[in-house]
Amino acid sequence: MTVTHDTGSATAKAAPSISQRRRRSVAGNAWRGFVKAPFSAKFGMVIIAVYVLAAIFAPMLAPYGEAEVVGAGYQPWSWQHLMGTDQLGRDLFSRLIYGARNTVGVALLTTILSFALGGGLGLLAAIAKGWIDQVLSRIVDALMAIPVLIFALLLLSIFGTSLVNMVLVLAVLDSTRVFRLTRAVSQNVVVMDYVEAARLRGEKLPWIMRREILPNIMAPLVAEFGLRFCFVFLTISALSFLGLGLQPPTADWGSMVYENKMLITVGRLTPLLPAGAIALLTVGVNFVVDWFLHKTSGLKE
Amino acid sequence: MNDNAKPSGTRTKGDVLLEVRNLQIEGESDEVWRPIVKGVDLTLKRGEVLGLIGESGAGKSTMGLAAMGYARAGCRISGGSVVFDGIDLLSASEETRRKMRGTRIAYVAQSAAASFNPAHKLMDQTLETELREGKRGRAEAEKDAIELYRRLRLPNPEEIGFRYPHQVSGGQLQRAMTAMAMTCRPDLIIFDEPTTALDVTTQVEVLAAIRDIVDQFHTAAIYITHDLAVVAQMADRIKVLRYGKSVEEAPTREMLTNPREDYTKSLWSVRKLGKQEQPGGEPVLQVKNVTAAYGNAVRVLSEVTVTVPRGRTVAVVGESGSGKSTLARVITGLLPPIQGDIVFNGKSLPPALKERSADTLRRIQMIYQMPDTALNPRHTVYETIGRPIEFYRGLTGAKKEARISELMTMIEMDDSYVDRFPGELSGGQKQRICIARALAAEPELIICDEVTSALDQIVQEGILQLLMRLQRELNVSYLFITHDIATVRAISDEIVVMFQGRVVQQGPKTQVLSPPHPPYTELLLSSVPEMDPDWLTNLLARRKVQPEAMKAGDR
Repeated sequence: MTVTHDTGSATAKAAPSISQRRRRSVAGNAWRGFVKAPFSAKFGMVIIAVYVLAAIFAPMLAPYGEAEVVGAGYQPWSWQHLMGTDQLGRDLFSRLIYGARNTVGVALLTTILSFALGGGLGLLAAIAKGWIDQVLSRIVDALMAIPVLIFALLLLSIFGTSLVNMVLVLAVLDSTRVFRLTRAVSQNVVVMDYVEAARLRGEKLPWIMRREILPNIMAPLVAEFGLRFCFVFLTISALSFLGLGLQPPTADWGSMVYENKMLITVGRLTPLLPAGAIALLTVGVNFVVDWFLHKTSGLKE
Repeated sequence: MNDNAKPSGTRTKGDVLLEVRNLQIEGESDEVWRPIVKGVDLTLKRGEVLGLIGESGAGKSTMGLAAMGYARAGCRISGGSVVFDGIDLLSASEETRRKMRGTRIAYVAQSAAASFNPAHKLMDQTLETELREGKRGRAEAEKDAIELYRRLRLPNPEEIGFRYPHQVSGGQLQRAMTAMAMTCRPDLIIFDEPTTALDVTTQVEVLAAIRDIVDQFHTAAIYITHDLAVVAQMADRIKVLRYGKSVEEAPTREMLTNPREDYTKSLWSVRKLGKQEQPGGEPVLQVKNVTAAYGNAVRVLSEVTVTVPRGRTVAVVGESGSGKSTLARVITGLLPPIQGDIVFNGKSLPPALKERSADTLRRIQMIYQMPDTALNPRHTVYETIGRPIEFYRGLTGAKKEARISELMTMIEMDDSYVDRFPGELSGGQKQRICIARALAAEPELIICDEVTSALDQIVQEGILQLLMRLQRELNVSYLFITHDIATVRAISDEIVVMFQGRVVQQGPKTQVLSPPHPPYTELLLSSVPEMDPDWLTNLLARRKVQPEAMKAGDR
């Protein structure tokens, strides 16, 4: 009996040092969390994993090059070209895989930037209060007054359509939403006694932001990250569709829909494939976000 | 009907009104149903008041709700029977049960402030059930409500109903809620800790009002509380619950004089904790003529002077709003005073937190009322205690771990708790971790802001004993802010009585606690419930002779 139980219980073993025990419990919690996840969340995680793998290993998985012309335009589906070719005769399946790398990569980078900017300033505004909060909040209000897509189009036509410009413009515009959320959730935490205790200890602003408040607002921020990622992703695709996003010959799902749109008129499904890829990832991310929110917010019913 | 308080126990008892047999209730956590109430029997006659006592988690409130045939979300009644006046509430239809609630069985919740809808006037909420039932017209019902307000001794009964909940005090709200419960003249009222959130001075009023009205209308009641002295005033019989089981049950007087079970005896003995008063020595902290205000308008402290000697405990007592906690904020530098001086170890401290050195901050530590909000829920015990060690002493690695172990031993817990998050600890353990966090800084003065008021009595005793032991060993001083006189008696050397931002009286414990008292101290001290079941009756009789003392409490 005791032999079989030995592996399972930490207390049965000789007392490990304080720091050893801490590491084990963190890893254990993460694994238990995954095992308990419902089917929809696991499904979402699988989708995300597939996309990530496709993005990382694109050159190995794709049968042809990203911009390589391999035959006539608008070829139907065949074993040689699984999803046919586009208007210039490039292999659509290969472009779809490379598109994962470009579209998802750019969207991820933009979202990370927007969270670093909006999250950092939101925390600062919540803790500092007073005029800093007022100035930041009014700037954000002004930026939010203009619809994102139109504002982005305007800025991109002023600064020019390069990849760097697009990432920066979208990151700044999107950070306004992140700012508002971070500020709101931080304000609930700032009034807690433990934050006051940290102040009384003499802790400086960076510690209070990073160690006292950030861990307590992670759940809504992570959930928001998933949602914002989807929005950024869709905005990039929309910009690409309008010709202001990623520039050819870079493969991008938004512009792929645009390039092949006339095939719809002859009843072929090809242009829907990149659109489907966008939709599937959005759904997958949302499943995971829903589960995460449910788990961390204590919503039961 | 006469308005005089009659001693309980003289009322005539009728036939059986409520009979609970072998009640079992389960609660869900992590998709597993665990028993909360494990087979409790309860019998209540017409006009009888039963006191249900026990620690938090004993299943008192769950039992109280089950008496209405109700289980709150996440709970289910899994066995037994609840028969109210011949009707089996558990097998009756939801419609039947809903009709009974509010009309024949009423419920008065702990926090009236949270139970009233802030958007409607008191009168509208008082009459809601009655008008829905359509027994009486509105004008008649209003007249009756005003009569109830009068009997519950609410000030201005004619017009108080036309105020919104935020326009009346907590004690008045609790009485208004009792009036609401009374409108349909129910046969049974369940009071769930109705005075726990109130100051002692206000509590007396509410207790007297509840007892009179229950008496006058011959209503049966279940009175749920964790405060023995309170239940001794209210109940004819007392039932002690623990871990969802009945420990013992007896008529009030018998229970108080002759408890049979060990657990009951331990409950009874808690209040006997005491400390020999020691004379003060060299002062650690002197607060000199401090006046403080929030913004420019509201003055919260006026010329307050307090001295804390080294290695001693100074208790600051007063009701909510008396400026006790503001005093703590001024001392710590969170609220710089308008005028006056904070002198620490003979040196004047900079008024604002930002201007104080890390070493000054280290010497003054604070322990909070609610350990739940005082500990960062995302930091393990290791991080919580380890941070001040690292921050003030610069210790890391093995030295830090050794110090954490040492502190854990000091607070009578062991190393196995260090990886836990606050959510995995009990209330008492959390408060111990807060104490360890304060001790980690090796302070000379610890400000304790109502540190025991959120805890059960037995847990309270443990925390107080720990604080007293630590003082003996470490010679640390405490500024102990509390509204609980029993705690003050137990641990203090000196007492400061505050009222509306001013110090009313201060001096050594025995001097402050022995007569003659200034009027406010008298009111405060006499309002503390005692275990004697005749205490409330005697107190009210005494106050009737000196009605001006009563006025100060009726706010």
